[in-house]
This record gives sequence, structure tokens and C-alpha cells, in this order.
Amino acid sequence: MTDTALAPPQPPVKHSAVRASRLTDPAVGVWLAALAVTLLGWLVVTLDGGTFFSRANIVVILSNCVALGLVAVGQTAVILTGSLDLSVAYLIGLGTLVAAETMESGSVFGAILMVLALSAAVGLANGLVVTGLKVNAFIATLGTGFILRGWIEDNYTGPAGKVPASFQRLGYDRIGPVPVSVFLLVAVALALWVLLKHTRLGHHMYATGGDEHAARLSGVRTRRTVVLAHVLCSLCVGAAALFLASRLGAGAPWAGTEARYDLESIAAVVLGGTVLAGGRGGVAGTLGGVLVLAVLDSVFNQLSVDPFFKNVVRGVVIIAAVALYARRGSRRSA
Amino acid sequence: MTTTADATTANQPAPHRRIAAALGTGAPVYGLLVVLLLALALTDPGFYEPDRFLAFVKRAAPLVILAAGQYLVIVSGEFDLSVGAIVTAGVVVAAELYGSFPEAAWLVVTLALLLGGAVVGLVNGLISTALRVPSFITTLGMMLILEGAVFYWTGGSPHGSLPEGFRALGRGTAFGWLPWAVLACLAAGGLAFWLMRSDFGRTLIATGDSERTAALAGVRVHRVRIIAFVLSGVAAALAAVLVGGFSGVSAQAGRGLEFEAITAVVLGGVVLGGGRGSVVAAMAGAFSLQALFTLLNLQGVSGALESTVQGFIVIAAVGLGAADFSRLRRRRHSSPGGTPS
Amino acid sequence: MPALLTMRNVSKSFLGVRVLSDVSLDLEAGEVHALVGENGAGKSTLMKVLAGEHTPDSGTIRIDGTEHSFSHPSQAQAAGIGIIHQEFALLPHRTVAENVFLGREPVRRGRVDRRAMEERTAQLLTELGEHGITPRTYVHDLSVARQQTVEIVKALVGRASPKDPGASDVRVLVMDEPTAPLADHEVSLLHDLVHRLTDRGLGILYISHRLREVFDLSRRITVLKDGRHITTVPTAETDTDQVVRAMVGRELGTYYPPRARPEEIGDAALTVRGAGNTRINGIDLDLRAGEVTGIAGLQGSGRTSLARALFGAAPFTEGTMTVAGRTLRPGSPRQAIRAGIALVTEDRKAEGLALRQSIRDNALLVTRAVHARGRPPAGRALTGLLERVTLQSRGEDQQARYLSGGNQQKVVIAKWLAAGPRVLLFDEPTRGVDVGAKSAIHTLVRELARDGLAVLIVSSELPELIGMSDRILVMADGRLAGELPAGADEEDIMRLATGGDRREDAV
Repeated sequence: MTDTALAPPQPPVKHSAVRASRLTDPAVGVWLAALAVTLLGWLVVTLDGGTFFSRANIVVILSNCVALGLVAVGQTAVILTGSLDLSVAYLIGLGTLVAAETMESGSVFGAILMVLALSAAVGLANGLVVTGLKVNAFIATLGTGFILRGWIEDNYTGPAGKVPASFQRLGYDRIGPVPVSVFLLVAVALALWVLLKHTRLGHHMYATGGDEHAARLSGVRTRRTVVLAHVLCSLCVGAAALFLASRLGAGAPWAGTEARYDLESIAAVVLGGTVLAGGRGGVAGTLGGVLVLAVLDSVFNQLSVDPFFKNVVRGVVIIAAVALYARRGSRRSA
Repeated sequence: MTTTADATTANQPAPHRRIAAALGTGAPVYGLLVVLLLALALTDPGFYEPDRFLAFVKRAAPLVILAAGQYLVIVSGEFDLSVGAIVTAGVVVAAELYGSFPEAAWLVVTLALLLGGAVVGLVNGLISTALRVPSFITTLGMMLILEGAVFYWTGGSPHGSLPEGFRALGRGTAFGWLPWAVLACLAAGGLAFWLMRSDFGRTLIATGDSERTAALAGVRVHRVRIIAFVLSGVAAALAAVLVGGFSGVSAQAGRGLEFEAITAVVLGGVVLGGGRGSVVAAMAGAFSLQALFTLLNLQGVSGALESTVQGFIVIAAVGLGAADFSRLRRRRHSSPGGTPS
Repeated sequence: MPALLTMRNVSKSFLGVRVLSDVSLDLEAGEVHALVGENGAGKSTLMKVLAGEHTPDSGTIRIDGTEHSFSHPSQAQAAGIGIIHQEFALLPHRTVAENVFLGREPVRRGRVDRRAMEERTAQLLTELGEHGITPRTYVHDLSVARQQTVEIVKALVGRASPKDPGASDVRVLVMDEPTAPLADHEVSLLHDLVHRLTDRGLGILYISHRLREVFDLSRRITVLKDGRHITTVPTAETDTDQVVRAMVGRELGTYYPPRARPEEIGDAALTVRGAGNTRINGIDLDLRAGEVTGIAGLQGSGRTSLARALFGAAPFTEGTMTVAGRTLRPGSPRQAIRAGIALVTEDRKAEGLALRQSIRDNALLVTRAVHARGRPPAGRALTGLLERVTLQSRGEDQQARYLSGGNQQKVVIAKWLAAGPRVLLFDEPTRGVDVGAKSAIHTLVRELARDGLAVLIVSSELPELIGMSDRILVMADGRLAGELPAGADEEDIMRLATGGDRREDAV
């Protein structure tokens, strides 16, 4: 879609400096960018007369990271495998509702199981439609999203259920300046990182996303891999729904769609250097991407910039970042 | 094995074959459309009274126009996710313009919107080609930018209203019976149809099929794609004029329309990734989607479940199209012309 | 002792078309068994049956006497069959070790055992005498030849058990046109590798078009034609002529259309002086109307680069170029097309055709894109054009991807003729084209020259080059090393191409 079509097919150029610089690795780049944005934000906010590194502000930044982070980590799994999930926003809404209602009438533990089971089922459905019916992932997950949306609209008109105080601690407790929910994100991200780097499934996910045909010829069960990636993604989304339920205290039908978690998560993944076509990237970069977005948000809040202006900057940042990756990509291997 | 000598006869096909060829890959969508229209007739015998039917077409018009624009982008191998935001922005900007210049002529404002749509499309196209950002991301970013910018400008809640003159295109009628929106829809559809039969359309679809081949055949692939984005932007702006006409000013005017348009196009059998599919089928996809909405309404399916049904139908239609038709097609083609080497 | 691999009476049909009928073949340990045949003879299908990509309709496959039937590539792997595909199945952005063990990563305590993967990969690379690759290198950093070595190592690893990572139990290695992507000096390295593999007791099924290689390497040769087994002979007891006869089913037609008479050759349509870019330099060249100029040279000598530079696809950065008296150095194909230059590329599917478009749309693509000379031919004119290139199709609406290689090439040629070029460049005009279409294309090319076009042919098939060209230019190291008149022989060409010292394995 992007390469310059005219260059003759060339043997791959030998790079004398193999892995010359880890600095050009997008995952590192995006963390440096996050650092730069943070420092810049600190400078600007301080000049403006505020305090950026206040305890309160750090808490806000970090808890803002959690929900988007969980979704984006899941999204990383599907995108790496060469697929995509647009149903996440509705799954979040439904997840919070199921969580809050089950908790109101039953146990917290049961609710968690329910939400994860629901998520796994949705992920399974997504994966099976994509691999079995061979429907393009974009359409398939859009379709499941619609189905979930109808379910929500038919059964709920507004917030429902109630989350007990005990579970709300997940959303509000913190250790020092660090909300406990951050540990949830870190744990999920770490788990997925280990999975991607150190398990056969992870290797097969990279392979399937990189070149499905080659992976199949090498004996990889590519369909199964895609299905599992979708299940993993939805489980992460379920975790995000649980977190949001605890944060909001009730089930919120539109918690996912209002924050645009579908598109935002894809943006964060791509910002983190994962290639939209699959096969390259990782969780670390995604977390960096999420952090950049959260810090930007916080800076604008502190400067009391119009909230809508944030969207503008966000759009520009995402496009600019990917344009940068595209440039670099073209210089190494065409 | 036939030789070209025989092929000459196949060259002037019987009318029905020509029509079949023109309908191309979209065959399933026409079936779907017919079924939905029949179902509408059964549910509501009055549906085919001229004015009611025209009203239906009028409601479908914005989506059809968006689908035609989206088709151009998709068939060239790209995506345009910004069209919904363009619709919202178009409506809000029109209201703001009238707030500042209450006396502005409707034609001027309409043209200004179309121009604005073209500029947005141009930016989308330039970033996606020259800077080589995947268009999914470019247009996603553009969506955020447009929505943010519009609300920033209007201070969060769009206000103002649109004068009758401007809204006529969306809800007025020509000759007292023919809605302008239907005319606009026909005009846009006709234009898109003509465009795809023109040299430009053929090079556009070839670009989506194989970028390298097109470039080596002298096609300016960047320019061709940029034009597709520009046309999609213009189509979205036109849809904005219609939507503003019959719904008035709203911050939600275009929300979700990008996905509906893409769904319509895919429902029409157009392949995401480019190179295959017909614009007529894409527009038929849009009509089908609108017919489906209408039918669900008439059936008394709560507005809520509408999207569930929509989701199922979309997956089923695309799944069926992906599976059976490709297989059938292969069988029909594969014997003597040689096995694909 | 049973043979290592025995295939008996294997048949396979696709949608009613029989592509393999009752093919039998056996392979012994330590043997290179060559499989030859024309395009469409069934070699690839037979290989895919063995690889588990296709399930045969009937017939048996035995390995060491045990019968197997495969329905997924992983089952064939598990049975000890390794495949080197013509197109590599490597992931450029993963490391060598990750690629080698893809689909069979060793697992230790629940984790992929990277160290075992890397150690085993390094060990195999050393055993194969390859010291330039480390297991952690990313594949996209490797040359094509080294990528192929990685493919071979990958095939050797086979389906290792998780307990004993990389315990190679691959017994049969299938190599499909392994030298096709290699530069000439890399070919002999591959042959060394093949010998080392047979020394280890592997049986190698070697598929190739290049008979010289087949005679150098193999112990036995099996010929397939039209999906049938024609003959299997010990290599020592046959010669090229016999094999070719068996492949073609008749005496090889050595007919090429008559060359141009001196009075048919006109003025220079295209002139290049002192031109070059990063891959070629010091090019002086005249292409004359009515003349077919052949370009010979080893792979990597700059033949393709020259054609692409003339066409503006990888433009010259220095020197001058004149087309029909007008000075112009095309910076893009579009400029070249406007000047009346056309290029039939080597990679037909990726660069010559929009495969899912109709014959008509492909044939009209250039004229529609460029409007080089007036309006695109429509209706009868287009039909006439397609008749002229002797296209065989089911009508102009047929999609290009359903045509055979030869007919696809004719569509590509029609596409360029529609634009009315003055200069026609061919890069490997008959690659992947069957014999019948080949001679049709040769005849067509000569007719076009006779009509006054200047034609340039780049080809690695020396008989074709010699048969078609009115003169032959030989390239070496990015330069034109010399010119030979019509009727030069292979030896003359090779002497120039290799810079004097003759090499048996070249081209």
C-alpha cells in the first residue's frame, strides 16, 4: 500500500550495523517520546504556574492509562496477528453492565468470571467469523460490535447495577502515588509480553501476522492462532470493563463508545510502532503509546485547554508519528 | 479452447450478458436488495406509493452518496474513516456560517462546504500517499481532528440554525413532488458510474489491484489515489448538505456514518484492499442497508435491536459472498483458459 | 532394502482437470533425483502432494516402507519431508533461529527455548559450512543466497520433538528450482551444500529447468509430461538431447524466425551515451528501428537494471539519452512511455498485469493512463490487437489471472502495442511460458521489428538470445563488455560475460 512502486525488486540491502541502534526501534522511540512529552508538559505547566508532578496529577495520568492501556494491549495481540478488533468499545459497555449487575445480585468473584466468560465468547465469535467465514476482520468485528450494541440498546437505557465498595477499591485504592489498577495493567501487559516473546503461540502470532502463507507452509496452525489472538484481545477488554465498572460504580452502557476505545486503542497500538498489517511490534511500544496519549491529555487539562482541542492534537500526533515510522521504514528495507 | 476469433462474437454480448457484466461481482447484493424490497412490500403495502417510495430514496440518499465516495477510495486500495466527521463538520460549519452571514446564498454555502470537503480529502490523500501513512490511520486522525476542531470552534455545542433556502436540498422537492435529495443522489450515482467507466476509473481500479503494474504502465498512482480521496471528501460534504437539510444542526449528525458507508460498500461485494467491485453494487449496498433499517422499523423491531440484526446480516452477507461466490466463479473460469500458473 | 521414498500411482485432479495421472517415483538415501518437465508437466503438484499441501485423489506415499497420507504440511514435516520452496517461506522481520524453528519451537518449562533454538541453528549452519550467518540475524539483513541457506536449515530441522530440540529426522529434501533466485557465483556454493546433504544420507528430489545443473548433480532423472511419468533414467546413461526429447515429446524445435536483412535495419530510435546509475555505468547504446538487440550477461551483471533504466523505472542518473531525435532521460516510466518506450517486465504477475482485471482493461491500461498517442483502441481495434498477439482466451472479459503464462504474456505485449511504441524492451520475454506460446512470442517479436520497432531483449536463456538477436551485447559488472554479431555462440558470450575465464556453471 505504501512502498514506492517503481524501485526494482532488490535483494535486501545488507546493513553493516546490524541492529545498529535500538534507538530506532519504535518501542524505544515511543518511550523516549513519552519522556519528551512529559518533560515538555512539565515545563509548560510550570511556566503556566501549575505543578505537573503533583501527586494528584500523577494519579490521574496513571489511572487514565489503565482502561485504554488494557484495551490497547489486547488490540496489540490481534493487530500483530494481522487482524483487527472494532468491537471492543461495545464489549466494554456490555462488560461493565454484566459486572455491575452480577455484583449487585451475586458475588464479586462470580461477576469477574461472568465478564471474562462473556469476553472470551465474543473473542471466539470474532475469531471464528474471521477465520471460518473468511470475513475481513474490519467488517467481522464491526458486525459483532453492532450485535453487541443492539443487545445493549435493547436491554439498557442508562447506567444499571451497582458495584460494591469492596470492588470499587480496584478503581480508587493506591499505593503511594500509584493506583492499584496500574498493577492490573502491568500484570496483563507483562503476561501478554511473556506470551508473545516466550511461547509458541506468541511466535506463531508474529508469524501469522507477518506472512500467513509462509506461516502455514511452516506448519503453523494459522487459523487457530488468529482465533486465540481474538480471544486474548477480548479477555483484555473484559479486564478493562471490570476496571471501568469499579471506577464508575455501576454498569455504563456507553463507557466504551464515548471514549472511543475502538479507534483510540488502534491509534495507541500504531503509535507504539506496531505495524497495522501485522507481524511487527509489541506490547512495550503500545504502553508507550498509551502513556503519550495520557500525558498529553493531562497537560491539556492542566492548561485548561478546550477539551475538543485535545482531539485535534491527538489526531496530528498520531498521523505525524506514523509518518515518521513510514519514513524510517522506507530507509531500511523497501 | 476458444481463440480470439470466437471471442469476437462474445465481444458483442447479448444485452443480458452485458448487464450481468456491469453488475459484476455485486450479484449477491442485488438479490439481497430485491428480498428486502419485497419484504417491505409485504409488510407495508403502501410502501410503493410514489411519494412514500421517494421519501425512502430521499432518506437513503446521503448513505448512497457516501458509499459512492467510499467506493472510490476502497477500490483504489485505501480506507476513508473521516467521512462521518466531514458530515458532522459540514452541518456545524454551515450553521456557523449562517450565524455570521445570515444573508448568505444557499448555493454559496453549499459550494463552500463542497470545497471544504475537497480540501479535507486532498489532505487525506497527500498524507496517505506522499507521507506513506496507512490511510486507516490518516483518516482516523483526520476524524479526531475534524471533530475536535469543529467543537472547539463552536465551544462544545453547535448552535445556530439553517435557513429554509439551504435546507431545501435536503427536504424540499422539485416540481412539488420530486425531492431534491433524490435528484442529488441520482446525479452523484450517475457521476460515479460514468467515472468508473472512464479511463480514470479503470486506472483507479487497476491501481488498487496492483500498484506496481499500474505505476509501470504510466499511471500516476499517487495522483489517482489523491483524486479518489478528494471525491470521497466532496461526496461527504454533499451528504452533509442533505443531512443538514432534513435533520438540522446536531453534533451527532455524521456519527458512525463512516462505518455505515464502508459496510454498504462491502455489502456490495467490493473487496477491501482494492481492485475489485462495482460502484453500482456499492450503492445498491447502501440502499440495502437503508431498506433493512426501514424494514426493521416497520416490523416494530425496537430501534435497539436494529443494530443487532444489522450486524448479523452484514456478517452473513459478506461471509456468504466470500465463500460461495468465489468458489463458483473459480469453477466457471478454470478449465480451458489454462490453470492459473 | 526399501527405497527411502516411494510414490506409487499418484493421481490428482483439480475441478475435473487431471494434473497428475498415475505418477510413480522413488528416491534412495544419499541420492539426488532430478525431476524435470515443462511448465504444467505436474512437477509442482507432485511436490505439493508430497509436502502435504494437496491431498492426492489416489496413490500411496511410503517413507522407509511406512505408508503415509498427509492433509496438512505439518504432517509431511513430521514424516521427515523437508521442502525448499521456490518462493521462500521466511519472515523477514524475525531472526534466523526463529524462522528455522517456526512451527516447531522447542519448549522448556512452558517457554520457548531460545537458547536451544539458537545453538541448534548455529550448529547446523556450521555443519553446512555457512559461517556468515548468526542465529540472531534478522532475515531481511541477509542476501538471497543466505536466505536460501536458512530455508535449507529450516527444512533440515524438521519436526523436532520438544524434548530433544532440533533432532533432525528429515530424510527427504525437496528442492524446487533452488538456483532460480541465486546469482551465478552462489550456484556452486549451493551445489557444494547439496553434496554435503547427500553425504549425510538425505535423499534429495531436485526440480529444475536447468539441465546443466541436473546433469551435474543428479544420479537419476525422471521426466514428467502432461501429468504423466515419461521415463526415469540413470543420469550417466543419457544426455541432454534425450531428456529434452522426453520432456517435449518431439525433437526440440530449434526454429527461430529469420533475422533482419541489412536493408530492414533503419536509424537509431534510441541512443544512450555515457549513461549510468548506482548499478550500471558507462553505457553507450544504440537501438535501431527494425533490429532486435539482445542483452546477455550473468545474473547481477546489470542486464535488468539497464532495461529498467531505459524505461525510467530505475532511472539513469548521468549521461544522455535520445529517443527519436529528442533528448530525454526518462525519470519515470510515464516519461518513457510518452517518448514511445515500452518495457515487458520479468515479473509478469506483480508488474505486468492487474490480475483481477479483464483482458480488455489490462490491454488498455497504458493508453488510458498516458494517452500517449491519441485515443485508446476500442472495440474492433482492440480485438484486432489481441488477434495479432494470438491471444487464446474465453473473451475479453476474462480476468487475467485465469490465463496461462503464455497468454498472460501476450496480454502484456498487447498492452504495450496499444500505446504504439517505438522502442520495445523485453526482460525475459518467455520466462514461465510453455513451448507453443514461446515460439508464437518469438514470431511476434520478429514481426514487430520488421514493422519498424526497435527491440531489445534481455534473456538468461542463451539459445533464445542467440536465435532471436540481430546482434548481442554482453554485460558484465554493470558495463557493456562487448558486442557480438548475429550467430555468435554460447562460448563467445560466456567469455565476455565472465570477463575471459570460462565457467561451466554460469547462466
